[in-house]
Amino acid sequence: MTEELSDILDEYVHVPGPLLLVLHAVQRRLGFVPEEAVPYIAERLNLSRAEVHGVLSFYHHFRRAPSGRHVLQVCRAESCQAMGAEHLAQHAQQRLGIQFHETTVDGAFSLEPVYCLGNCACSPAVMIDEELFGRVSPEQLDALLAERGGER
Amino acid sequence: MSAIVYVPRDAAALSVGAERVAAAIAREAASRGIDLTLKRNGTRGMCWLEPLVEIAIGSERYGYGPVTERDVAGLFAADFLHNGAHALQLGRVDDIPYFASQQRLTFERVGVTEPTSLNDYLRHGGYEGLRNALRMQQQEIVQAVTESGLRGRGGAAFPTGIKWKTVLDTSSPQKYVTCNADEGDSGTFADRMLMEGDPLALIEGMTIAALAVGATQGYIYLRIEYPHAERALTEAIRSAYSAGYLGPDVAGSGRRFDLEVRLGAGAYICGEETSMLESLEGRRGEVRVRPPLPAIKGLFGRPTIVNNVISLASVPIILRRGAEFYRDFGVGRSRGTMPIQLAGNIKRGGLVERAFGVSLRELLYDYGGGSASGRPIRAVQIGGPLGAYVPESQFDTAIDYEALSGIGALLGHGGIVAFDDTVDMARMARFALEFCAIESCGKCTPCRIGSTRGVEVIDRILYGVDRDGNLRLLEDLCETMVEGSLCGLGGMAPFPVRSVLRHFREDFLKPPTR
Repeated sequence: MTEELSDILDEYVHVPGPLLLVLHAVQRRLGFVPEEAVPYIAERLNLSRAEVHGVLSFYHHFRRAPSGRHVLQVCRAESCQAMGAEHLAQHAQQRLGIQFHETTVDGAFSLEPVYCLGNCACSPAVMIDEELFGRVSPEQLDALLAERGGER
Repeated sequence: MSAIVYVPRDAAALSVGAERVAAAIAREAASRGIDLTLKRNGTRGMCWLEPLVEIAIGSERYGYGPVTERDVAGLFAADFLHNGAHALQLGRVDDIPYFASQQRLTFERVGVTEPTSLNDYLRHGGYEGLRNALRMQQQEIVQAVTESGLRGRGGAAFPTGIKWKTVLDTSSPQKYVTCNADEGDSGTFADRMLMEGDPLALIEGMTIAALAVGATQGYIYLRIEYPHAERALTEAIRSAYSAGYLGPDVAGSGRRFDLEVRLGAGAYICGEETSMLESLEGRRGEVRVRPPLPAIKGLFGRPTIVNNVISLASVPIILRRGAEFYRDFGVGRSRGTMPIQLAGNIKRGGLVERAFGVSLRELLYDYGGGSASGRPIRAVQIGGPLGAYVPESQFDTAIDYEALSGIGALLGHGGIVAFDDTVDMARMARFALEFCAIESCGKCTPCRIGSTRGVEVIDRILYGVDRDGNLRLLEDLCETMVEGSLCGLGGMAPFPVRSVLRHFREDFLKPPTR
């Protein structure tokens, strides 16, 4: 990890306002931002640990623990609610056997709420990793999960 | 000559299978020995027709949609490459009433061109605005934007030209142009559609802004939920650099402008401009106390333009066709066009760019075709999660900043989310405060604590605990949040609540639930 971190810091240390860039890069590389990375990032960017921790914990996107192999985001905002998103959200939780912000025991899926994917003319919407889906029925969600090794 | 087929690469089209349709078309053409060029455009904004496949015949485009992978063999059999008859045949795309009746100014190229092709952009009027701007004094550019009547399309509706003038008049060795592309309001997707469908328009708009105020560095603050837009912007920025439209010598003018995309990290509050600046600086997205205005002391403490995607992307056409051309659209103090986004429970969801003045009813029924469920539309929320819910009795209101504020609503970023008569409006009011509690930056008490307490008060009302007292308390809490919050999140989250209390109060008074 140390070498990867130091490469990332080398790349961004001279960029103005680098902390979000660094956290994004760490998460892209490692899948999450480990607790051990915080003091190192703080030192290299001349920030306090509290400042790094404060930013890390402020943003919903940053993870402090590994996610499942796939991240399923179910939109719970108004437009999708108008098209049955709450039913879809319940279905996703039942199907995966987990609540929001949890990961299945087989490590296949993490389930996250999201407040708008910008696909509001094709509600309800979900995103799996970086792939967006619209007009999603519970049956279609099952099929998408099955394709990605969601069978338990 | 080989046939040209367009299949959108817009995220909405991809979300309903456009990639599989494109692959099936390529496969089918190969197996039939047909020479075919597959082009990937943005979306026309007729999202209910996506994936919308278009065939170019001469200078005309003919459409079929919504196309699934399974339809592709049948389309070939029906000779769709020559506009053959088929159940999904739509005829000339420009003649589809939903599209034909629009006034596409900002979105003139979206869905038409290949988004990141600089040549396509130049062939369709791209960079003519910049060319004109380069012949003008800085004050003249700002003057043109002011005279066009353009107001901030992100939601605040502040006159864009006045903001620019403040930055121009502030002396500083370093100024910035930032684009707020943190489009977080539910029911809105105009920014995404523009960035994916015509990213060079945004880049050109930002370049003109930079010339106008003397900025040399620009940032697009893009939400992480938009990976497709990030790819389109990155490609387009690369094209612009390699053709000399960005960099040390913009279009041979000797002026420098550098531009990069910075990603947000899933915080709704970063759509608030000062919070966005904090985030761009790599900090928690906590709002700043104003004054000072960002135009005077913004990014890294320097004078900074902060404009929404649509505001900036409207600048090229204003400079190309003139302030008067743009100003001649619209009504009252709402000049130009507005991309309205029809979302939620609506039969024909999509984007409608029209001059200000079009009525809600026309949008919901003539364009939208009523609800998707076929049931009556009971309420629409306009302007995102902080916008009011509007009842059917007010659907004759025009899309016009002042007319909407006259009924206690706001246009915001132009999203309209429709709900049918199965909606529980008390739950929607509760959600508004729940959302505020999730997304509050935590800096000020009315927002941080008020939102959580508000959810609890609504729960007590729904449970039937001292309803009169708690309804009064809720109104009181709304007032505290509106008057006492630092920014629009806490200051406006009560708007949907108040609108429900006013127009749908009966939903608070149903038999108690547990």
